[in-house]
Amino acid sequence: MSRAARTDPRRAAGGAAGGLVRQVLPPVVLLVALVGTWHAVVVLGDVPPFVLPGPAAIARKLTTYLDPITSAALVTGRNAAVGLVVGAALGVLLAVVAAVVRLVDVLAEPVVAALAVVPVVALAPVLYAMYGAASEQARVIVAALAVFVPVYVTTLRGLRQVRPVHRDLMRALAATPVQAARTTTIPTAVPFVFTGLRMASSLAVISAIVAEYFGGPRSGIGSFITTAAAGSDYAQAWAYVLGGIVVGLVFYAVTATAEHLATRRAGA
Amino acid sequence: MSAVQEQPASPPTPHPRGAVAVAVQQVSRVFGGRGGDVVALQDVDLTVAAGEFVSLIGPSGCGKSTLLRLVADLDEPTAGTVRVFGRSAREARLARDYGIAFQQAGLLPWRTVRANVELPLALAGTGRAGRRERADELLALVGLADVADRHPDQLSGGMQQRVAIARALAESPSLLLMDEPFGALDEMTREHLQAQLLRICAETRAAVVFVTHSIPEAVFLSDRVVVMSARPGRVRQVVPVTLDRSGATTPGSEPHDDAGDDLRNDAAFFTSVAAVRDALHGGGAAGRGVDVR
Repeated sequence: MSRAARTDPRRAAGGAAGGLVRQVLPPVVLLVALVGTWHAVVVLGDVPPFVLPGPAAIARKLTTYLDPITSAALVTGRNAAVGLVVGAALGVLLAVVAAVVRLVDVLAEPVVAALAVVPVVALAPVLYAMYGAASEQARVIVAALAVFVPVYVTTLRGLRQVRPVHRDLMRALAATPVQAARTTTIPTAVPFVFTGLRMASSLAVISAIVAEYFGGPRSGIGSFITTAAAGSDYAQAWAYVLGGIVVGLVFYAVTATAEHLATRRAGA
Repeated sequence: MSAVQEQPASPPTPHPRGAVAVAVQQVSRVFGGRGGDVVALQDVDLTVAAGEFVSLIGPSGCGKSTLLRLVADLDEPTAGTVRVFGRSAREARLARDYGIAFQQAGLLPWRTVRANVELPLALAGTGRAGRRERADELLALVGLADVADRHPDQLSGGMQQRVAIARALAESPSLLLMDEPFGALDEMTREHLQAQLLRICAETRAAVVFVTHSIPEAVFLSDRVVVMSARPGRVRQVVPVTLDRSGATTPGSEPHDDAGDDLRNDAAFFTSVAAVRDALHGGGAAGRGVDVR
């Protein structure tokens, strides 16, 4: 978000079309070049499909299996979304408590540090045993745990960013603690929360997919990638990977937009 | 507090809030630190009459900002008493007896200019219509009515500081506390805002405690200049300033920079500047950190 574009709406409107082309064109050109090279290497080099399937083969599989890929993406997306919401809610809630009660902060710190270090997906097999092999529950929990850490850390940090001059101001204006929280602490923290959410959104999708590698019902993107790869249908596996990429991009785009809206006015 | 205050100010004295705005008696403030205690203020006495403009000037570390923070009850004295309009500093703060402006404008970036000025009124529970009316009135007073719907990051530093002053005036305080409010501004903007502040003070009849490290600024604005010395912070001398400010304080929405310039070229102005400078320099290494232009 450029300052100039914000302060001068005319210039932003006038240059929008040109700016969009300049922003979008280079990555598109790069992508086309990469796919073209990939195709050329596979065709000219006669690369066997189990080493690297060509983009044409993957595109064929993608169109053939569009329905199952879409429904798998929806299952994985749902798991990641529920995990994101639950994990973020818990993260924000506990961060608020930790910001208010110093003891909670001290108690939670090592636990959160431990959670941050442990690869949460590794819990998946244990959780499948707890919730049964037919349940999506384990995947949601894995995603929620992965989301919790960055959201908690950034929110707690944000809640402590109130500028000293604002703290003095609140005191000088005889604001009650609730008023001070509403007028300064929360607005200061909100952009941090959304930055945490953006970071966490990718983690939610990755965790939901990888958790599927470890078992559970055959429903999501991750399950089908493993099945396709086990059946030596690598082009199909890649088609499912593309489905996973789309889910990840959607999550990122939604949270990045939310972050942009939230941080628009937060610059001091 | 409101009933007395909101009467239209009539030129003849006595002041509706009594004779004394601020009474500081034998105040000391010691900051405990790892490297030992630091005496920021020692045995400071200061009385500010209602409607009087008093500047605190001195080298860096002389405790002038600390003294202001004690009056505002943003900090508490180690010894001594601070009374504001006859009550303790804490009671005065809770009663919202003063308005305050800091060196940083300290506006809330997520609120519009108008909403920033409305903030003290919103916290005090004033209704929406009343808030808006008062904010527009204050923004007109500081000459910023046309930017009311903008956000602070779209304003220059000088404009932000004017918004902060409008915010400080929101509840028509009888006391205005200002901690180097023009310190970060360029000389042109600074003189312009000084002239505006003089006019605003004449209109509102508020007492002002003004921290600065510019001698001309202190002399231009003040009835009395309190010269402080550092380590430990004490009041070294109080210099009375007698300038005829009637030209610069004529009410009106336009700033009176020309009248301000006349005042700055007055012989009495130079005499007072010299007096304050002598007071600052008398007694060794006091000049550090002081703007002696």
